[in-house]
Amino acid sequence: MSFNLSEYYANHSKGDVVLAYKGSITSELINDILEAVEKKLKEANAESRLRKKIYNVLVESLQNLFHHIEPVHEGINLDLDPKFGVLIIEHDGEYYKVTTGNFVNSRRIKFLKEKIDKINSLTKDELKDMYKFILNHQKLSAKGGGGLGLVDIARKSGNKLEYEFYVYSDTYSFFNLTIRV
Amino acid sequence: MEPINIESSSKTPSIKFDPEKSTLEIKGRSIPENSIEFYKPLVDWLDIYSKDPHHKTQVNIQLEYFNTSSSKCILDVFKKLEAIHKAKYDVLINWFYEEDDEDMLEAGEDYESIVRVPFKMVEIVD
Repeated sequence: MSFNLSEYYANHSKGDVVLAYKGSITSELINDILEAVEKKLKEANAESRLRKKIYNVLVESLQNLFHHIEPVHEGINLDLDPKFGVLIIEHDGEYYKVTTGNFVNSRRIKFLKEKIDKINSLTKDELKDMYKFILNHQKLSAKGGGGLGLVDIARKSGNKLEYEFYVYSDTYSFFNLTIRV
Repeated sequence: MEPINIESSSKTPSIKFDPEKSTLEIKGRSIPENSIEFYKPLVDWLDIYSKDPHHKTQVNIQLEYFNTSSSKCILDVFKKLEAIHKAKYDVLINWFYEEDDEDMLEAGEDYESIVRVPFKMVEIVD
């Protein structure tokens, strides 16, 4: 069965939703989301240490989307905004769950899987070393952080990155990434 | 030389150099999507400053948040300071972090282990 975006969105926003969004991921939108979430977390009396972690993870997740979303969704038969992405933040027991979703060209799956599996296989200290290595050796690309984002998310959250790829068409898959903070 | 003075915004920190105190201060949030563009004036300014620096340069980094894209630019800034330090000028980086913010402390320690400039970790207590 092929991927159904509406079902996906509905399924992922059933819980105690702090914020759910689907549409264009622009710089202004990132501002608005950060501001809204900061306010909500303060109102929810989340402790400041946790608030900061969530904020950091959110910044990196949103900017990953911003920099890496494919601008054209050729052959995707939906009235999608350019730079379409999904962001859902849920409160789930002792965790906050940050979920992002976006269409990726299926050719990118192997690269992303390997990268995330590698990150998930590392201990806290190894992650720190990887972060420092990339920071010190890789050039910043016009697209952004030069591969630091996911490593930073894993470090700050202290949890494994949960991901899934749903086949959408011959060319595209939908990439879901969930981070528990 | 002209002192540098950049106001903060919702995604970028203020950057100020006080020539009387020889103190460079970066303060606020640094989470722009395009950090290279934001930090370019500072990196350029440091290029000029490093040609004839003060005997002592104090650098106060007081960031509430910074994204990974900024982290590379901050390293570039520190590498410029490292060059000044290597040329036998005094340089001290004061890295401020809030008392409950281990992540920010750890970030400072990461930098301390990469660049050869004296660091001082300064805890901010409410």
